[in-house]
Amino acid sequence: MRLLTHNMLSSNIKGVEKGFPLRIEAEKVVEKPVEMNADFLRKMFEKVEWKAFLEASRSMGYAQLPEEVDSGMLESDEFLSRFHHALLELHLEEGALVCPETGRRFPVNKGIPNMLLHEDEV
Amino acid sequence: MASRPELVAPPEIFYDDAEARKYTSSSRIVEIQASLSERALELLALPDDGIPKLLLDIGCGSGLSGETLSENGHHWIGLDISPSMLNVAVEREVEGDLLLGDMGQGLGLRPGVIDGVISISAVQWLCNADKSSHNPILRLKAFFTSLYRCLANGARAVFQIYPENINQRELILKAAMRAGFAGGIVVDFPHSTKKRKEFLVLTCGQRAVNSMPEGKDDDGESCSDDDSEDEENQTVRVSDRHRPQKKQKWNKSGKGKEWIKRKKEQMRRRGNAVPPDTKYTGRKRKDRF
Repeated sequence: MRLLTHNMLSSNIKGVEKGFPLRIEAEKVVEKPVEMNADFLRKMFEKVEWKAFLEASRSMGYAQLPEEVDSGMLESDEFLSRFHHALLELHLEEGALVCPETGRRFPVNKGIPNMLLHEDEV
Repeated sequence: MASRPELVAPPEIFYDDAEARKYTSSSRIVEIQASLSERALELLALPDDGIPKLLLDIGCGSGLSGETLSENGHHWIGLDISPSMLNVAVEREVEGDLLLGDMGQGLGLRPGVIDGVISISAVQWLCNADKSSHNPILRLKAFFTSLYRCLANGARAVFQIYPENINQRELILKAAMRAGFAGGIVVDFPHSTKKRKEFLVLTCGQRAVNSMPEGKDDDGESCSDDDSEDEENQTVRVSDRHRPQKKQKWNKSGKGKEWIKRKKEQMRRRGNAVPPDTKYTGRKRKDRF
């Protein structure tokens, strides 16, 4: 699972009001290089919740993203390539996602988070 | 074995390891899935600006439909309930991200982030109650409302569906409309039993509600339904309503051509196979028949 997906994902348990962001417990992180597309990055930049993204990238062991960002930074190639690396190339292979409100763990196996809810959570 | 997998077992059990492998190694299924997802992508009508989009694939299975999305340069997130299917997808090294989840439990996604949704032959599974806790109406509602929330304004969702009967189609369509979607059903090749494919095309937000795409047909003609024609027939005059019941009984010549045409139009809009309107429509048979 890439951080792109993590940034879109929230906990869906009944009664949870703020299920975002899910905390990452990383056991194994892999990198898969993909081609960079600046237009896509610029577009995703508007959608990404930076604070959650920053935290997620740190818990995956990547600490080269700046604390504060503004849209002017999108002109810098260096920032774009870091953003690209964190957003699309880092994959959470094994570990878990933890709901920030209830503490419920969603295990991640082979890169697939198990988001199935139990019957009493629907 | 029944011809519809929905009738055999719940999806997470039906698509076990063996079935998942069989599904992905059959060249016929691969071909059908590819053509369906291509058509669904076409119906999504994404803006043609060369920027990759973030799409969602509901019931992505082994990622056959996602492959089409990747080929067109888009990023996608796939959701499926069958772990075996997802395992096959991992083995095939699909480019999208995969989630193990149940669409009937609602989608846990942030609001307004998804640019478009496709789903190939999946939504009809929601009409089944496979566990005692399942209620198809509630599951459809949870699915469509959460979907509506996570879509960006003006985004479209295209579902290729195989409804078992008219009731299922109505159930799905109604749930979608209640969630706030605009749109309807596009039927490709409506006159062929085998090639006939139904696409539920939904639009979220304000983008041109009345611009439904047209279905394909064998002879290259498009077969859309034009609603503007029969509008005058549908208005009910006040004086009609207050007439005593007796007079509303049919006269000798049956319900009349207008009535038949209106009903046929109605059935067509639901995507049913309806014979074409000809000069014989609504005519009385000869006595000697």
